[in-house]
Amino acid sequence: MSAISLKNLDISYQSKKVVRDVTFDVAEGESFALVGESGSGKSTVLKAIAGLAPDWTGEISILGQARSHKVDRDVATRCQMVFQDPYGSLHPRKSVDTVLSEPLLIHGLGNRNSRVIDMLAAVGLDQRFRFRFPHQLSGGQRQRVAIARALMLEPKVMLLDEPTSALDVSVQAEILNLLKRLRREQGLSYLMVTHNLPVVSFMCDRMAVMNKGRIVEIAPASALHDGSFTDPYSQSLYAASGGNPDRKEMA
Amino acid sequence: MTTARTWLLADSPNSKLQANLGNGYRMMGALMRNPLAVVGMVILSMLLLAAIFAPWIAPHTPFGQNLGARLLPPSAAHWMGTDELGRDIFSRVIYGARITLMIVTLVAVISAPLGLLIGAIAGYFGGWTDKILMGVTDVFLSMPKLILALAFVAALGPGIENAIIAIAITSWPAYARIARAETLTFRNSEFISATRLLGASHSRVIVRHVLPLCTSSMIVRVTLDMAGIILTAAGLGFLGLGAQPPLPEWGAMISRGRTFILDQWWVATMPGLAIILVSLGFCFLGDGLRDVLDPKQGGKS
Repeated sequence: MSAISLKNLDISYQSKKVVRDVTFDVAEGESFALVGESGSGKSTVLKAIAGLAPDWTGEISILGQARSHKVDRDVATRCQMVFQDPYGSLHPRKSVDTVLSEPLLIHGLGNRNSRVIDMLAAVGLDQRFRFRFPHQLSGGQRQRVAIARALMLEPKVMLLDEPTSALDVSVQAEILNLLKRLRREQGLSYLMVTHNLPVVSFMCDRMAVMNKGRIVEIAPASALHDGSFTDPYSQSLYAASGGNPDRKEMA
Repeated sequence: MTTARTWLLADSPNSKLQANLGNGYRMMGALMRNPLAVVGMVILSMLLLAAIFAPWIAPHTPFGQNLGARLLPPSAAHWMGTDELGRDIFSRVIYGARITLMIVTLVAVISAPLGLLIGAIAGYFGGWTDKILMGVTDVFLSMPKLILALAFVAALGPGIENAIIAIAITSWPAYARIARAETLTFRNSEFISATRLLGASHSRVIVRHVLPLCTSSMIVRVTLDMAGIILTAAGLGFLGLGAQPPLPEWGAMISRGRTFILDQWWVATMPGLAIILVSLGFCFLGDGLRDVLDPKQGGKS
């Protein structure tokens, strides 16, 4: 059974088609990347899977179950999303504790105190941050809170929308390591959108290259080491990112 | 004292209560550093105290007539003089504080939540909901406030309760507009999407996430509008459609004093001064609150 399975997915915004005929599978436990330049439709695919872009045709299934076009509670427990901007994804008037308790309240889960405490520890946040407000946290700490919120319902599939692009380089590494550790510990599957190829080679097993709303190539992450892309667009994307510096030295 | 202060300002609060109290303390401190806001608070606490302790403060009863002491100028016995029925104006102004306070409180309690909810719903859902709700709002907004209130009072009959209802009905559309505008600025933001993805219902998102972000601008706006509400109530009273005699409502008192305004100026002037003072108090406090509660300031502090 695959974690995410997309078949012939077309997505439109206000009757304008922005993504065409996207088909791929993310295996359970796999980390899969969607790469491409801005406007290639990679974030839109993520939004459609999450339920935030309801105007799609085709088939989306999560852990074997086809999903509806709306946001629904059932999908919420299996699949969650982490957004790009940690400054915009936390409510400015709610403390960390409130943010993390909310998913438990919505789904009527008990034992909230200890779950919040455990989750803070799992994402590497000290307990003293528990009752702070977002404006009292740094960007990296906010992103940890956002990741913790997404994990509160213990989903198995995580959608990551450029989770580190708004952060400092040093903080990026911390968050990527955290995501990598969480995936190993909790057996998560990742679908990650990024335009940063080094992040892909660090985090992901496979990747799909998108251009102008279509997938041009699905390649293993090892292609980033040996440059074995077949499609001309992905080759140029690879070249534009500087290719693999090690390989140039060897040549 | 210092320990209470450090507890309140703790960088890492240990409980929800401490975090909220700390926030309140910081806000209060910011408000206290604003001299005009302090003046406003002093004026309004005077109003509040006058309303609560009216029977003890007022030297005479507000209704007791003494036709032998008609239209006396301000003196030691009658600080603000007496009116045409020999009633002590100072006592009437003090008792009038109760009526004024009741009017502004009831109007705020009725119209602010109504406007807030309608605006938030319109802004959050958009589309047809927005068009219909804002259409209704525009209809109310396009009518002059006092004229609409007049029409309502004329239909329902004069009296203080009907004046309150009339003012409340005419003042909610402005709040609905503000709440909608505020909601539009963050309806597509990621924290709303994230909450939806957690499985939260629309009503939960509106009540728990949208409304709290609208309330601060709403509090500011309501405080600033209080002056206008007092003036509208006074205007209705002046026209004889608000509080009915012998109730010591300030607007009605001015209306009675109009007859003698050239020879006995104090009859109309004293309640007028009271209206000006209280309106000013609300304006000052509103300005101060805006500086403290403005969400754009929140991130910086």
